[in-house]
Amino acid sequence: MRRLPGKKTPRLDMNPMVDLSFLLVTFFMLTTQFKTEDPVQVQMPESQSRVKLPEQDLVTILVSEEGTIYYSIDGKFTRKRLLNRMGQKHGITFTDEERYAFSLQSSFGVPVAGLKSWLGMAPNDRKNVEQPGIPCDSSLNELEDWIVMSRVVNPSVRVAIKGDQKTPYPVVRRIMKTLVAHKVTRFNFITELEPENG
Amino acid sequence: MDSSNTDQTRNRRQSMVGQGVEIDMTPMTDLAFLLLTFFMLTTTFSQPQTMEVVMPAKPKDDTQEQAVKESQALTLLLSADDEIFWYQGITDPLIQKTDFGEKGIHKLLLELQASIPKLMVLIKADEKATYQNLVDILDEMNSTQTRRYAVVDIEPEDKALIKSYTP
Repeated sequence: MRRLPGKKTPRLDMNPMVDLSFLLVTFFMLTTQFKTEDPVQVQMPESQSRVKLPEQDLVTILVSEEGTIYYSIDGKFTRKRLLNRMGQKHGITFTDEERYAFSLQSSFGVPVAGLKSWLGMAPNDRKNVEQPGIPCDSSLNELEDWIVMSRVVNPSVRVAIKGDQKTPYPVVRRIMKTLVAHKVTRFNFITELEPENG
Repeated sequence: MDSSNTDQTRNRRQSMVGQGVEIDMTPMTDLAFLLLTFFMLTTTFSQPQTMEVVMPAKPKDDTQEQAVKESQALTLLLSADDEIFWYQGITDPLIQKTDFGEKGIHKLLLELQASIPKLMVLIKADEKATYQNLVDILDEMNSTQTRRYAVVDIEPEDKALIKSYTP
């Protein structure tokens, strides 16, 4: 006699489903690059360039719409050593906690003098406080120190400028001049792909 | 009562072992998909595009600076409102205006390239130009295969030229 359907609750074998989903989880875990949180949102300029950004050893100079400069460098240990170097140069000693906080921080836009108190804040406060930006003008050019020291701690570092579409040109020019003055003649502009019909 | 209850469970367990244990995999699937969703949302899928620029190193002295033949020079002045002012040569230039469109700068560059073999483009931008303008003009250099170009500082004479422009 045939079994009547619906009499018994059907049992689905979930094992293949679990296999599949864990396979995907593994894939995403291995390929993931966590989104780094930027202190400001920028709308990157569009271009037809299709070159991909290198994934490692990258220094990103983020420039907001108003021209505020933020700096970030890849690698936890690189950041720690970078902070030590900067401390030495500017005569500031950082505590272990501050160094640890700095190693976890992606972008920052604080002058060296204010770095100690900024790193002493709770991570959430650090996010909310207004950052004045890294000084980069003829009277005080700290960006230059950061770049030089970054190249000391990691010689294979590459520089990328991530600006907003409306970033005023003089700021970009100052950054480019600073880079060229320190023999970083090859650098990248981070852009977004322009729509084909545009 | 108690003893019969444990007997029952033992019996059940024995029979289950005999049949092969079935574990309910649904919570496991839930967990796996939860993790999957988390990783899918936090991942950056597309690596951003980039435009590589190579600037010449700062020359040690003036003798290393390259002189440009006047007949080969094209100067592009980037200014406010996405406008491009341009002139050829250096002395007594005739200033003209164009834009970033397909019929504007793109056409101009292609035409000049055809007529001047070793065209040298000097890109100058003033304070009112934006970063997008710079990226756009470098993009045009790539798309028109203009190999000889330089981004240089704007001179006061250039600013005066922009001011003097009358359509």
